[in-house]
Amino acid sequence: MSEPGANGDYILEARGLRKSFGDLEVLKGVDFRVRSGELVFVIGPSGSGKSTLLRCFNRLEEPSAGSVVVHGVDLMARSTDINAMRRRIGMVFQSFNLYPHLRVRSNVTLALRRVLRKPRVEADRIAEAALARVGLADKADAYPSELSGGQQQRVAIARALALEPQLVLFDEPTSALDPELVGSVLTVMRDLRAAGMTMVVVSHEMRFAREAADRVVFMDDGCIVEEGSPEEIFERPRSPRLREFVAEVTR
Amino acid sequence: MATPELSAWQRFVETFFRPDLLAEYSDDIALGMVVTCEVAVLVLVCGTALGLLLAYLRALRFRALNFLIVVFVDVMRALPPLVLILLFYFGLPSVGISLSSFVVLWLVLTLVLAAFAEEIFWAGMLSVRDGQWQAARSTGLGFNQTLVWVILPQAVRMTVPPLTNRAIAITKNTALGTVIGVGEILNQATTAQSFTGSATPLMMGAIAYVVLFVPVVMLGRWVETRFAWKRA
Repeated sequence: MSEPGANGDYILEARGLRKSFGDLEVLKGVDFRVRSGELVFVIGPSGSGKSTLLRCFNRLEEPSAGSVVVHGVDLMARSTDINAMRRRIGMVFQSFNLYPHLRVRSNVTLALRRVLRKPRVEADRIAEAALARVGLADKADAYPSELSGGQQQRVAIARALALEPQLVLFDEPTSALDPELVGSVLTVMRDLRAAGMTMVVVSHEMRFAREAADRVVFMDDGCIVEEGSPEEIFERPRSPRLREFVAEVTR
Repeated sequence: MATPELSAWQRFVETFFRPDLLAEYSDDIALGMVVTCEVAVLVLVCGTALGLLLAYLRALRFRALNFLIVVFVDVMRALPPLVLILLFYFGLPSVGISLSSFVVLWLVLTLVLAAFAEEIFWAGMLSVRDGQWQAARSTGLGFNQTLVWVILPQAVRMTVPPLTNRAIAITKNTALGTVIGVGEILNQATTAQSFTGSATPLMMGAIAYVVLFVPVVMLGRWVETRFAWKRA
């Protein structure tokens, strides 16, 4: 791996991100960079702006100011085809957001067919491969409502993977799951990490962060307060706010 | 003893089911049924389509356009359709627009159905959770693609019961066409009634409505169960 700072290395580079909802400033100038193949964890108390930050990375949330560059393409530029960029940035949501009227297979193939215009046979083949990757090859014909939460979230991951994204954003992927279902989703994420997928994860799974993250970013009150390796963040927190947060979540 | 009862029965038959009138006016009533069907089908197709179009335009969230749509919808829902029919038929010629009675009936009922349908579709679209939009957009689907493939299929299922009720109500309003001389069922029946002084043609009209609309109501029930689908 080349030195950090070599610009071409960053798959995602956000600078000076600000976001306000009315009078409430949720992001107060955030710089955030992710190298190819990195797993970056974003932690922080609720309301710290983590999810908003994540949503700015594919412009589901429109930043009030600042820039987001993904794979060298400025997402904020007028000339950028945002839909074309979004399919290169996978996103997995807290509430899964599977399409309830479509079977699992069609959940995965919808964008393949309507965005990438792939023929049905090819789209189905890709979908089945993606579903096999998350261990759900046998559920292709089920409806989302027939699956457990953990299975639904894995389908959502397959839906993102099918588009062969260069970066996957996880927005609290296990927060809506019963504890016994969390493991299966984390296993899939571990496999992805092993396969070299670049991931940004907003989550409260601190054990997973310690074990799998390359870098942990601590946010509070719309700012990045501290960032570093999992050891640095969890064993040697410098700022009082992080110390307090770590004590709180590891209690 | 049985004679007065028999005569009461005879009087009833004489009033509502005079055989000679049944024969004489069955063609007229049948013609009325055809006209009623034509208006009803045209109104249902055009009104639903226009309502869906308005709901789509509203989803684009242009403020000025939304204001106009809301005004249109509220006015159309507030006014009795009969007022609009009379206004269009007797008022528009004075400003140089002459529409046939058939067109006026079709136009007014279409606009009224469109107003109700817009509200129903819009409510259906709003009831689809935001996460569905986010998920679809995050995979690169555009606004229209998301609407067509993700939002509307879910919204429409929720709109089927209210839309069915509204469709039945509006098609029954085709009877209002009689006041401006559209030759639909009621018009044929009242014309025959005024010639004959008998209520038999009116009963024929009522039966014609039952024959037409009971299948529609049954179809509506079937569609509702067909479109109800399992939820988590």
